[in-house]
Formats: sequence, C-alpha cells, structure tokens
Amino acid sequence: MEEQRIILLSCGQFDRAFLRQVALAVGKEYNTAVITEECHLDLNPFYNPNRRQYDGDRLLRQIPLCTTLPYTRLIGLFRVDLYIPILTYIFGQAILGKSDAIASVFRLRNELYGLKQDEELLLSRTVKEVIHELGHTFGLIHCQNQACVMRSSTYVEEIDLKSSSLCGVCREKLDQEGK
Amino acid sequence: MADKISILIVDDEDSVRDSLLNWFIEDGYEVEAAENAKRALQLLEKRDFNIILADIKMPGMDGLELQRRIKALNSETIVIIMTAFASVETAVQALKDGAYDYVTKPFDPDDLSHLIRNAGAQIRLRQENEALKTRVTTLDDVDDIIGKSEAIRKLLEQIESVAQSNSSVIITGESGTGKELVARAIHANSQRRYFPLVSVHCGALTESLLESELFGHEKGAFTGATFNRKGRFEMADGGTIFLDEIATVSPKMQIELLRVLETKSFHRVGGNKEITSDFRVICATNRDLETMVRNGTFREDLYYRLNVVNITIPPLRERTDDIPLLVNHFINKYCTSMSRDLITIEPAAMKQLEKFEFPGNVRELENMIERAIVIGNGKEIRLKDLPMGKEAPDSSVESLEELEKKHIEQILAKYEWNVSRSARALHVDRVTLYNKIRKYGLKQKE
Repeated sequence: MEEQRIILLSCGQFDRAFLRQVALAVGKEYNTAVITEECHLDLNPFYNPNRRQYDGDRLLRQIPLCTTLPYTRLIGLFRVDLYIPILTYIFGQAILGKSDAIASVFRLRNELYGLKQDEELLLSRTVKEVIHELGHTFGLIHCQNQACVMRSSTYVEEIDLKSSSLCGVCREKLDQEGK
Repeated sequence: MADKISILIVDDEDSVRDSLLNWFIEDGYEVEAAENAKRALQLLEKRDFNIILADIKMPGMDGLELQRRIKALNSETIVIIMTAFASVETAVQALKDGAYDYVTKPFDPDDLSHLIRNAGAQIRLRQENEALKTRVTTLDDVDDIIGKSEAIRKLLEQIESVAQSNSSVIITGESGTGKELVARAIHANSQRRYFPLVSVHCGALTESLLESELFGHEKGAFTGATFNRKGRFEMADGGTIFLDEIATVSPKMQIELLRVLETKSFHRVGGNKEITSDFRVICATNRDLETMVRNGTFREDLYYRLNVVNITIPPLRERTDDIPLLVNHFINKYCTSMSRDLITIEPAAMKQLEKFEFPGNVRELENMIERAIVIGNGKEIRLKDLPMGKEAPDSSVESLEELEKKHIEQILAKYEWNVSRSARALHVDRVTLYNKIRKYGLKQKE
C-alpha cells in the first residue's frame, strides 16, 4: 500500500488519551501513523430540529475544510447523533474510494441503551467504527466474515461481535488497492 | 456464473438516491439509480434488475404504475415500494399489485439491511431451485442410458471423457437413439452440472422464432414482443446449450451461430446492449453434416467450430444384446409412474422384440412397452400386446398382390361368388373383378 497520512479529526472535544488510543489502534491496523487534530466546528448549521439529529451527508462534505494539514485519509469523529435522509441513524459514513469519512460515538455508548457506562467498551467500539469507515475510503466493501471489522453492523451489539482487524481477504484487497 | 444481486433505486430526491446508492455499494451489491419512472423503464429496457426500490410519489408516473409496468416486463423482479407518508390503502394496493414489501422513509438501517438480505435470499433460493430442478431431471435422464453391450460401454466411456472438457460436441445417430440423453449425461458429468442445461429443438422453429428463442428479444422488437425476454444463450450462462436438429438451421442463422460461438456475446433481437454468456455447446443431428458441407448446405466453418468432438450413437439393431435390459428398465419405469405392480414379459414376446429391427430405435421400443403396459392384463406383457404380435397371424401375406388376392377371395366367398355384389363391395366394376379373378386364378370352392 502507498504511504498514507491519516488524520483523525476530533469534532467533539474528546479526551486526549481517548483520541491517542484510537489513533494508535487505527494506525496499527493500517500500518501508518495517525495524526490527531482538534476541530472547532460549529455544529448548529448541521442540526435538523425535526429529527433532532445532525446531517451526516453535509458534515462529510464539511470536514475537509476543517483541516489545513495535508492528508490522504481524513476521518471526523463526533459526539452527536448523525443521520442521513434515508436512514434513521448512522454510526458513520464514507463514500467508497473517496478520502473522507465521519463517525460518531453517540450510539456507541452503553448509557444510550440504559446500560452501565463502560469506557473500555466505548473505546473498542470507536476503534472498530473508525477502522471500518476508513476501510470504505480504501475501497473495501462489507465483508461476510463474522470476525472481520468490515462486516456490516446495523446495531451496536453487532459491533461487539466482530474484531477490530481486517480479515485475510480484505487485507489482500487493501494491499492490491494500494498497488 | 452466479450473478451479484442487482438493485435499481428509483426516487426523485437526489439525497435519497445518493444515500441508498452508497449504502448498497458498500454492501457489495450492483446498483444503479434513476430519478424518475421513465428513466427507470429506459434502464430496464437495457438490462434486468433483481430488486427495484421505487418511491411511491414521483412526478409523472408514480411508484404503483411503475411497479405494474415492471411486473409486466418481468414478473420475477422484486419490487419494494418506499414512501415518506405511511398510508395503509396505498400499502395494501402495492402489495396487491405484487410488491415484495412496503417501507416508510426514513428506514432503520437494520430493517433496510434485513429487507434486502431477505429479498436476496429469496432470489438465490429461486435460482438454486431452478438449477436443482434442472439437475434432478438431468440426473434422472443419465440413469436412462441402459445397456451392457460393447457399443454402450464405449459410449459411456466417451461421455465421461468428453464431459471433463469444455469442447463443442456433435452427437450423431438415427432418430430415437437417445441423442438428447447423451447431451444430458455429458452436462451432468461436467463441471457445469450445477448450472442449467438449456435445450433448443432447432427443427421445430422458423428462422425468426429461432432467432428470438436463442438470442431473446426486447419489448417492441416485433409484433407480439410485449415484454423483454431472455434468450436461450443467456439462460445457459454457466451451463450448457443443447441444439437439437442443428442440420435444419437456415444459412442466415448459421452465420449468427458462428459469430456467437466465436465471441460468446450477442444482442437480443431489437436490443443495443451486448450480452455475454459463458456456455458450452452440444449439437445433435440425424443427418450427415459432412455431406451437407460438401453440398454447400451447411457452412464448413460452423461445422468445424461445432465438430470438436463427435459422438455417434449406434442404432438399437446393432446392440440387440441390450434389448432385454431396456425392456425391463421401461417396464420398471412405466409401472412405477402408473403406480402399478411390477409386471413381467412372456418369453415369446421378448424373443419377438429381440428379432425386431426397430427403425425408431430405443424410442420405438419404449413406446411399445408403455402401450403394452396400458392395454395389457396387468400381470405380464404378452406377444399380442405388442404390434408385431398382432401382425403374426398375417405373416404369410408377403406382398400387396397376395393381400389383394386374399381379400378378393374373402369377399367372393362372403357373397357366394355373386360377381356383381362382390364388385360393388370392392368398389370396382365387374370387368375389373373378372380380370382379377383370372389374374389370380381364383376358383369357387365346391
């Protein structure tokens, strides 16, 4: 794979240690250093009062304007609840083969489902979601392998079932994409 | 070979189309989008989709009308109706018109995922079901190659060795020897066995019908083409196409066939899109293609393209050792299919069958046994249940003249040698009858 420069754009005033751990895990999976950058984006224009959620499509288009650093892949990490017009919610969003992606921790928190707060589980879910969305930017589609991080997850328990790594098939595709 | 599930999204809202397009691409589906029903129908004229997600409210033609048109083109297409406004009445109408499901926007990602997965599973089950049905029929037929003669042993060896290759095959043999059975056996033993074996009886179709049958047609290509139709070459994708009576194909179709065999690609009648299909071709004929090539009635280049392997099936009269085995096989087959107790065959009947020439080969023998079981006593096949058994009493009649002599004798005896009445009964005049009496030297018995 060609040399990558991945930026993890913090769009929700995340704890630095949390961001560092996410960046490390993501960098390890894609075998590259991941740079974290703080972003002070005003989210109000992206809020939809009817849905009480934030427009994922527009945020995906907005984040490239929030960094001045050069990059090959950029992922914006949010705290707020994201949606796209056709779906009631999204964990994250990327366009296949394009450089930008977004993800949110909103629906990854145990508290949302009436369960006990679990920061370790939140970190694990966030890592998987970020690696998954970045996978799409590298041209990877959803994988049928139960353990592969590229397996589609439409509810949070499904994220817990998969690992944070690419399976052999996806890894091979990733290497081929980079050639 | 096995296709990806294809999805067409029809919605006038850009954001909906883009979101769904992206969602399905990430899920590994083959996806296209149309901004209105008219555009969707244009796309459907060029190709088929397995699943169509259509918005119910669109400017111009609405989703319900679009669904009706889609179902008229291809009733197997799964249509899912989307709407921003849930209404029981429209939902019921959509389902009545054959919609697979009805969903309200925005969707829960999990619901959408399940909906498409279930629809995909239904499509795959249907495809598997069709392939298995074909396979079961094929395997049943393979068991029908019966015989222990040297000729059959060699034929089975040839089938086994040819099946492993992808080469074109010409099967030659007299009518009724089982050419289609051999084609099925080759397919069933090949790596293509899980894909369809598509048979086309070229001799039964006119040139234009054969063209449409083989290549398919687009709606409106000719009078009566009211819907898009896949051709046999397209249906045989991944499998085998069996062209029976290939010698009857017209010169124009011979050129078309040659081109398809060379490129494995073609256009539907009235269509612009090039379609490719991965098929193996097996042909059959009871005519001498080599002579036809010499006479100029069959193209030489097509002959050589088809005749990579040649299998000749011997006529039944050259393998009479197999007749008892075949008889018992057909007794078994028809007693089972008619839910009757298994019957036997009397030795005299079997002896007659073994002596018979069978110009119609195995097919003639099979028909004889089936008929004998139907008209017989339910315990055994007797000589009189067979056509040659009925002819036995008249076996002394060897020529038409002798038959005529015998018939005139019978009529004269019936009318006590009254020549006028006998002539009337025979529909001839008296002079003719007198001439016949003289010719055959007939005399009244005392």
